[in-house]
Amino acid sequence: MNNMALEDYKGVLVYAQQVDGEISGISLELIGKGKELASALGTDVTAIVIGSGIKGLSDTLGEYGADKVIVVDNPELEVYRTEPYTQALAGAINEFKPEIVLVGATAIGRDLGPRVSARVATGLTADCTQLDIADFPINPIPGKEQKHNQLLMTRPAFGGNTIATIACPEHRPQMATVRPGVFEKLKPEAGRKAEVIEFNADITPNNCYVEVLDVVKEIKNTVDIQAAKILVSGGRGVGSKENFKLLEDMAEAIGGQVSCSRAVVDNGWLDKDYQVGQTGKTVRPNVYFAIGISGAIQHVAGMEESDLIIAINKDEDAPIFDVADYGIVGDLNKIIPSLTEEIKKAKAEA
Amino acid sequence: MNIVVCIKQVPDTKGGVVFNPDGTLNRAAMLTIMNPDDRAGLEAALRIKDETGAKVTVLTMGLPKAEEVLREAIAMGADEGILVTDRVLGGADTWATSTTIAGALRNIDYDLIITGRQAIDGDTAQVGPQIAEHLGLPTVSYAQAIKVEGDSVVVERQYEDRYHVIKAKMPCLVTALSELNEPRYMTPGGIFDAFDEEKTKITVWGRADLKDVDDSNLGLKGSPTQIAKASDKVRKGTGEKVTDLDPTEAVNYIAGKLKEKHII
Repeated sequence: MNNMALEDYKGVLVYAQQVDGEISGISLELIGKGKELASALGTDVTAIVIGSGIKGLSDTLGEYGADKVIVVDNPELEVYRTEPYTQALAGAINEFKPEIVLVGATAIGRDLGPRVSARVATGLTADCTQLDIADFPINPIPGKEQKHNQLLMTRPAFGGNTIATIACPEHRPQMATVRPGVFEKLKPEAGRKAEVIEFNADITPNNCYVEVLDVVKEIKNTVDIQAAKILVSGGRGVGSKENFKLLEDMAEAIGGQVSCSRAVVDNGWLDKDYQVGQTGKTVRPNVYFAIGISGAIQHVAGMEESDLIIAINKDEDAPIFDVADYGIVGDLNKIIPSLTEEIKKAKAEA
Repeated sequence: MNIVVCIKQVPDTKGGVVFNPDGTLNRAAMLTIMNPDDRAGLEAALRIKDETGAKVTVLTMGLPKAEEVLREAIAMGADEGILVTDRVLGGADTWATSTTIAGALRNIDYDLIITGRQAIDGDTAQVGPQIAEHLGLPTVSYAQAIKVEGDSVVVERQYEDRYHVIKAKMPCLVTALSELNEPRYMTPGGIFDAFDEEKTKITVWGRADLKDVDDSNLGLKGSPTQIAKASDKVRKGTGEKVTDLDPTEAVNYIAGKLKEKHII
């Protein structure tokens, strides 16, 4: 690899993913986290938005904390395609030389991130759930330089069974894709303006351009379990699609949202949008009710950051009890309906 | 038409995870399998072979033991297997891995390269797109359907709330989702031949066989990312567990906690 002048790279760059002119939630979460990293480094956060006819989005990015916004606006960028978006993002990295680049670990980011990192010849850490500025190596090793102000990127591996912390000490930028729902967005500050930089990236068609023949949007309930403050989550133990009514009633009473484990999706009781876990969504609500969920490691990986976990399961040895703040061994069919009544009563009194 | 499918031998994390007394993963005690996304990619290639008579080559990088997945793929219907193995390639991150595989692929005639979207051990989804970048090929990730039309492939590319129908001119690289298809089983005759050392020769390549790659991009030393710390997952401690309440008591217990925390 070419030796890079590492000190030439400054600032945090966030890829502000937009689809159909709408900023994705992860982009705002990354600006929030990017601010924190930038302040540890004494630098600022730039968001880059790539698309066609998307200049107006810079206002939103500014309100959520971006200090600068790079806009790459070109008709070739109308719909996401790997190559022109790579030309735009890699072009901006070469031009502006950020020391950190954060990309959402979405179906777009997990395609764009690897392609861009290979083009600019740097490392990329996938699906991070924690980012810190610290020394590398973490503890001094005799005979090895300990570098300061490195980005340490922490991620689960082996289906959530282990966690690894990764550094990228000799290359710039340090790149990470980050799981949606892990970091919090800042509160928007109305009227806060970012400095807008229009960047004329070299978007030239080549052999890597593909043709998008059709865009097929799948009609789904627009349920967003990541935004819910309270999740009433059911697993195989709920028993049937019909029986989810018990959880829906409880969710309605407490002002929460229903979600589920993978078994429920596999059984066709609920759509994949409701799924929490390694292959579903990562959630961290204020309260997570795990009802009839055994607590496979892949499920726990997606919910263990919840502030309060209450588990109800008839199997005393269910692993879900290992992560629950309060665990109740019992029959959900008997407990949930009366709990719903109790919640309604308490709410009426309040 | 020549199709190369890149496959990986991975520990079967679903079949239960085995830990050493010190808390690290005991890989030797875990079963290994062909990575599920790769298996779907192989099945997609075999279906194209069934239709068009394409030649299907499977390629893997790993320890000598990874030869097993090549033989398994051949028993399913692949024509040839290539194992890339060499001590100096060990400890590679996705950059060094993709550099290595690209170096091997430069020796092979291909129209279509298929990889799995991601492997269940690392879950990065990076190696496929990075191979394509090293080889200067168009890439279509997250394929939920693949068909060949003339000199192009038409792929349904999955996103969270939609899919795109994408036409890419070959040569190109596609990464496959496990939901792409239901992979076939090995045939008894296929198993017999594939695991017969005489009948089925696996081509083994080392560092010297990689084309147009620099040593500084290979193995642990050629990996831009380095592990600062690895550990068994630290889990939140167990809270209170109550086992002997009747339903009414259980409801009062939960409601009490919810009130205490000002949730209701």
